[in-house]
Amino acid sequence: MSYESFVWYLIAIFTVATAVYVVFTRNIVRAALSLVFTFLGIAALYVLLRADFLAVAQLLIYGGGITVLLLFGVMLTHRHQGMELDLEPLKALPAALIAGGFGVAVVAAARRADWSLVAPVEPTGTSQAIGTMIMTTHLLPFEEISVLLLVVLVGALFLARRGGEEGSS
Amino acid sequence: MITLTHYLVLAGILFCLGLFAVLTRRNAVTVLMGIELMLNAGNLNLVAFNRFTATGGEGQIFALFIIVLAAAEAAIALAILLTIYRTYKHITVDEIHLLQG
Repeated sequence: MSYESFVWYLIAIFTVATAVYVVFTRNIVRAALSLVFTFLGIAALYVLLRADFLAVAQLLIYGGGITVLLLFGVMLTHRHQGMELDLEPLKALPAALIAGGFGVAVVAAARRADWSLVAPVEPTGTSQAIGTMIMTTHLLPFEEISVLLLVVLVGALFLARRGGEEGSS
Repeated sequence: MITLTHYLVLAGILFCLGLFAVLTRRNAVTVLMGIELMLNAGNLNLVAFNRFTATGGEGQIFALFIIVLAAAEAAIALAILLTIYRTYKHITVDEIHLLQG
């Protein structure tokens, strides 16, 4: 096994283990903190995929922003100290069947398909390529997503503000 | 040698874990965590396809946009959860059944 394969399996096991902890733990704060490590593992996988810009973006936005947002959500929506949450026993079996069946289908499809249609290319530095593409061929989605972010900013403030008429959507 | 199939299988596992969390969790914030897991699995697929096929960076652009959309979705979802919490005093998803608080 080559060095890269070893590192890959290490990161993959780490990512899946932390994700399993997120799904099955009963403590919601621990789930949020374990999710940080899942995001870190995926950022490491991005590095192995030679997507360095995306890895940094993943660290900043997921590891930093979204996790803090989730933790704020946890803190603001729990009055009591005990931050326990229960798996709903009635739905666990059908949910496991659905998720497991889906997983088996996806894994079978991924293993059986012939992915050698296009020869793999060795990518060069990604930051400059991404910057050029955003400013040329993907300019319209880029501008649209900045408008979307503005709308989200105003909308989140409007929804979460205290007082006034509530229940507005 | 790590191939595309490795990444696809890993992303499939992560997606299923996220799906299971969405289906079984009763707390809305943990449902949101499951959704983030699923989005990450999809992103991993896109970046892996970008690496192992000659697409020239399109997959990374897509993944970047999805990261931004996920951040926006999390912000809006938490704002909605705060509003729900103010009405119901809890955010247990299977006990929220009114459209007007």
